[in-house]
Amino acid sequence: MSLLFVIFIISVVLIFAIGIYSLLVTHNLMRILISIEILTKGVTLLLIVAGYISKNMAMAQAYVITVIIIEVVLMAVATGLVLGLFRANGTLDTRKMNR
Amino acid sequence: MPLLFLAIPLAAVVVLSLALKLLNEKVALWVAIIIAGWQTVMAAVDIGLCLKSGSDIHSTYLGLLSIDNLSAVVLFAIGLMAFVSLIVAKSTVKESIFNFANMMLLIMLGMNGLVMVRDLFSMYVFVEVISAASFILIGIKKGRNGLAGAFKYYMMSAIASLMMLTSIALIFMSTGNTGFTSIANYITNANGKFPFEIIIAFILLTFGLAIKSGAVPFHTWVPNAYSSAPAPVSVLLAGIITKVSGVYVLMRVFRDVLLNNTAVGRLLLIMGIASILLGALAAIGHKDMKRMLAYSSISQIGYIIIGVATGSPLGFLGALLHFFNHSTFKSLLFVNFTAIEMKTGVRDMDKMGGLAEKMPVTSGSSIIAFLSTAGIPPFSGFWSKLLIILAVWQMSKSAAIVALVASAITLWYFLVLQKKVYYGEPVSAISGGKESTGGILSVEILLSAINVAVGVAFPFILIYLNHAGLLHGMM
Amino acid sequence: MIIILLAGMIVCAVACIVLGNLVKAGVAMAATSAILSIVMFILKAPLAAAFELSVCAGLIPVIFMSTISMINVKSKEEIEEMKKERKKRFFLFPVFLIILGAVVLAVMWPHIVDFSSSYIIPAFTRNVRDILWNSRQIDLLGQIIIILAGVFGVIIFFKESVEE
Repeated sequence: MSLLFVIFIISVVLIFAIGIYSLLVTHNLMRILISIEILTKGVTLLLIVAGYISKNMAMAQAYVITVIIIEVVLMAVATGLVLGLFRANGTLDTRKMNR
Repeated sequence: MPLLFLAIPLAAVVVLSLALKLLNEKVALWVAIIIAGWQTVMAAVDIGLCLKSGSDIHSTYLGLLSIDNLSAVVLFAIGLMAFVSLIVAKSTVKESIFNFANMMLLIMLGMNGLVMVRDLFSMYVFVEVISAASFILIGIKKGRNGLAGAFKYYMMSAIASLMMLTSIALIFMSTGNTGFTSIANYITNANGKFPFEIIIAFILLTFGLAIKSGAVPFHTWVPNAYSSAPAPVSVLLAGIITKVSGVYVLMRVFRDVLLNNTAVGRLLLIMGIASILLGALAAIGHKDMKRMLAYSSISQIGYIIIGVATGSPLGFLGALLHFFNHSTFKSLLFVNFTAIEMKTGVRDMDKMGGLAEKMPVTSGSSIIAFLSTAGIPPFSGFWSKLLIILAVWQMSKSAAIVALVASAITLWYFLVLQKKVYYGEPVSAISGGKESTGGILSVEILLSAINVAVGVAFPFILIYLNHAGLLHGMM
Repeated sequence: MIIILLAGMIVCAVACIVLGNLVKAGVAMAATSAILSIVMFILKAPLAAAFELSVCAGLIPVIFMSTISMINVKSKEEIEEMKKERKKRFFLFPVFLIILGAVVLAVMWPHIVDFSSSYIIPAFTRNVRDILWNSRQIDLLGQIIIILAGVFGVIIFFKESVEE
């Protein structure tokens, strides 16, 4: 049980690292959204692992469902923002957008 | 009864959206103004009830909402700020009034819900509601500037929310529940020896909340967001949104969950002092008035954070009062500058001068707001800064001295600014300035009156609280 | 079995950020969500797994693809140049990951034996999710509010404006 727990924690930390690295390095607006999405996947995995360990899986599932709904609404609004920025600027590159 | 704060705006949004074809668009704005005004009155009644009975007001239907002193004062501030912002919007927002009014109602819903829940995960849900509604509001005019500011705010807000959610997951892993009382029980049972993941959870929670409130070193999104938002949204952002979704959550978590943990308190003290210094010094260099006000907001939020960090009831009372005062004087400054921008068309302070003879009410209320910011008696800012500095003095003398010095720097800079903008030589570009009219004029008078009234009446409030036994001998 | 799935998930996440084409990145993100959903099902969370599969592996890639299709395609030279730049950017990435994994393992190693003793088993055993959902009604209200806000946001942002 403990070894499996360690493997889960390492994979959660790796997913966080992938998301944070991509957030720091990218210049494309859509990739910023994808990085935030990957970070949300990591937190979802952490919530499920937390529910499994504290033997309170019903509460953890309620949390995960709520987080998924919030995330999809925020993603839709952020996509609208990116679309508006593309229409105003003609490009998705953040380096070209500083006037 | 707390359910009314949630049910009435929600019913208004649903009814307005369903009846869209039958109504004029401006009806939506008036409905929102009436609901904001109703909330202000109702929250004032609740403050009275809470003080008289000394206990919380609980919801009878859901059993999960409750209002205590902290929640009632913040609800009052929310109602007041929404009212002010909607009246400013009546004059400045020309198209898409219907969408704007509905988004204001939704953000009021989010903030009301946030101050009334007693569970860490529900607070996260409402923080997300507030951030979603606020970046729709920032980008509502769909200009290039507004959308860029909204996207930067979205990025920082998403990172902060993810940090909060990670810490909630780690706390859930150790505790099995996320209500305030169960986490507080767990902490008192742990007796200072926390397991490793709880320490990481506290640190992540503090940093996430610091990003949301705009404390140093996470303050970089604040000037961009405040200056690229449309005028009524700037008033709302500076006046209430940053404070509710960042500082209120910090106050609630620090007092009721962490139970005034000293290590976290010291971390908050360092961040608060850094915010005060950086905000006060950076405000001096900027010429755009909205950016200057944004840096000044960072400085004032630093004061609230060090008031909370002391952990004493005196510091908490000072922080709560400064919370309310900052809403009134900062929003008054934003409203004044919006009026100047509307009537003269400039935002650069180097190009302004000699406005006092053309806009007497605006300049008078600006003087009141500046003096209240700097902490001069008899205005309200003096009392809150006095209480905070007294409380911090007991914790760390050097921090109190730094806070005093920063207050003096703020006062000097604001006096210089006031002289240049309002009393200097009239600059030729300002030929068309007239006094502001109608709604904005009445809002300026209202906010300055509140500043003066709270400042003059506060000693009596302190005496009343002492007699009612609520101060527990902290003088 | 779980280890293979977790490794697959990490590989899909890395592929998601390394791939140049945005459409392929969206597909990789959907694959990540699908593998996460299977992991959740193995850990005895079937309702959350169904939700995750239908929403994050279905709805969100649809939103992404519909947005990407509204965005113009770049020319051939620009794509070549961006590929070269991307190789330079991701050069340090595996090193970063390995160092981070080693740091986490080293930090957590003395605590492994502690974990099993600090779990607090709640007083009640597992309830049916519906009963628990009755005590989380405020979250339900919050979800309704945020869905309303999202509807307004989509109406405001996705509409073509006639003038700037």
